[in-house]
Amino acid sequence: MASGTETTHDATADAAHGAADAGHAVAEHADGMPQLDFSTFGNQIFWLVLTLGIIYFVLAKIALPRIAAVLAERQGTITSDIAAAENLKQKAVEAEEAYNKALADARAKAGEIVAEAKAEIQAELAVAAAKADAEIAAKATESEAEIAKVRASAVESVKAVAKDTTKEILGAMGSKADAKAVTAAVNARMKG
Amino acid sequence: MAEEASAFNIHPMDQFVIKPLFGGHELNWYTPTNETLWMGIAILAIIGLLVLGTRGRAIIPSRTQSIAEMAYGFVYNMVVDVAGKDGLKYFPMIMTLFMFIVFSNFLGLLPMAFTPTSHIAVTAVMAMGVFLFVTILGFARNGMKFLSIFWISAAPLALRPILALIEIISYFVRPISHSIRLAGNMMAGHAVIKVFAGFAGALGLGAVAPILAISAVYALEMLVAFIQAYVFAILTCVYLKDALHPGH
Repeated sequence: MASGTETTHDATADAAHGAADAGHAVAEHADGMPQLDFSTFGNQIFWLVLTLGIIYFVLAKIALPRIAAVLAERQGTITSDIAAAENLKQKAVEAEEAYNKALADARAKAGEIVAEAKAEIQAELAVAAAKADAEIAAKATESEAEIAKVRASAVESVKAVAKDTTKEILGAMGSKADAKAVTAAVNARMKG
Repeated sequence: MAEEASAFNIHPMDQFVIKPLFGGHELNWYTPTNETLWMGIAILAIIGLLVLGTRGRAIIPSRTQSIAEMAYGFVYNMVVDVAGKDGLKYFPMIMTLFMFIVFSNFLGLLPMAFTPTSHIAVTAVMAMGVFLFVTILGFARNGMKFLSIFWISAAPLALRPILALIEIISYFVRPISHSIRLAGNMMAGHAVIKVFAGFAGALGLGAVAPILAISAVYALEMLVAFIQAYVFAILTCVYLKDALHPGH
């Protein structure tokens, strides 16, 4: 490995000193560690410094300020959103209280209306009931008179029929009926 | 090693060879290479996620924007937690390192891809950059008081010189461990996958065991790709904290 590295260095030295090449010959396969090929260091350092310079410039001038601004803006948005949410929550609580109050008021009013209506209906009902009672009483008296009349006429009819029937039966049995005695007997039976 | 490799036709280190992108055999300092290509892809991916992904600037983020914000928040919180609020000035720098490493690591896991972070030159430049930066920053902000990180005032007086020596050595070892940890992890994982892939190629259709092993190592490498980026970034924050607050 050590000899390999030396060979590379010799080759490098030859190439470097050669009139045709300003740089050095590059091997296809690595001898030893390419990391220790000092002839490439200048080239690597140049490109590394350029690369880091570009990255630093891009980050410092564009990327990092932009990301910082976005993060700050987001923080601000979150803070103000939280404040707004707090505010809205407060409003919601107030609205709920107002709603509950309105609901209670409405309930109380509804209760009053119901009681009023009940009283009104009760009064009307009482009047109507009294009127109906009176009507019913009048009708009942009328009906009773009618019934009494009917009953009286019925009793008269029954008496007449009983007398006639008795006379006919007595006639059929061959004895002359005494009108006065029959009447008296029928009246006595009807009373009993 | 070279003989074994040719016998099995396994070249686990080939994937790390730096080649000019447009053919040729010259490699000047400015020559675009396969490494340049994958660094460029990493740049495009980072722009795609963090710039295009957030172009809606939405209050309710899209999926891509969520990921971008998550990455931002992850590194941002890391900097605040470890280095403190005054470390935020250097947040773009740490974000740059983290995004570059995490994208290089993950893009490197694509088949046929190249992993810039597996190269010690890349990680060493980043680690040395961090080391020099925090050292200069420490002296610039605190003057000679910065040296108090080596003088442990909580320890008994007799022990302090010894501790100071240890602290100084460990301070100067920082960039080495910082860079080799990342490059070593990346290189080892990719090389292991390639070795198993070589076995699978050698065994042909019966290569169940190597393929299972590749799957397992690949899953592990997904974890390592993230963890190493995280470790690199958090260690940078730790070093930054030392520079900002050397007292504790």
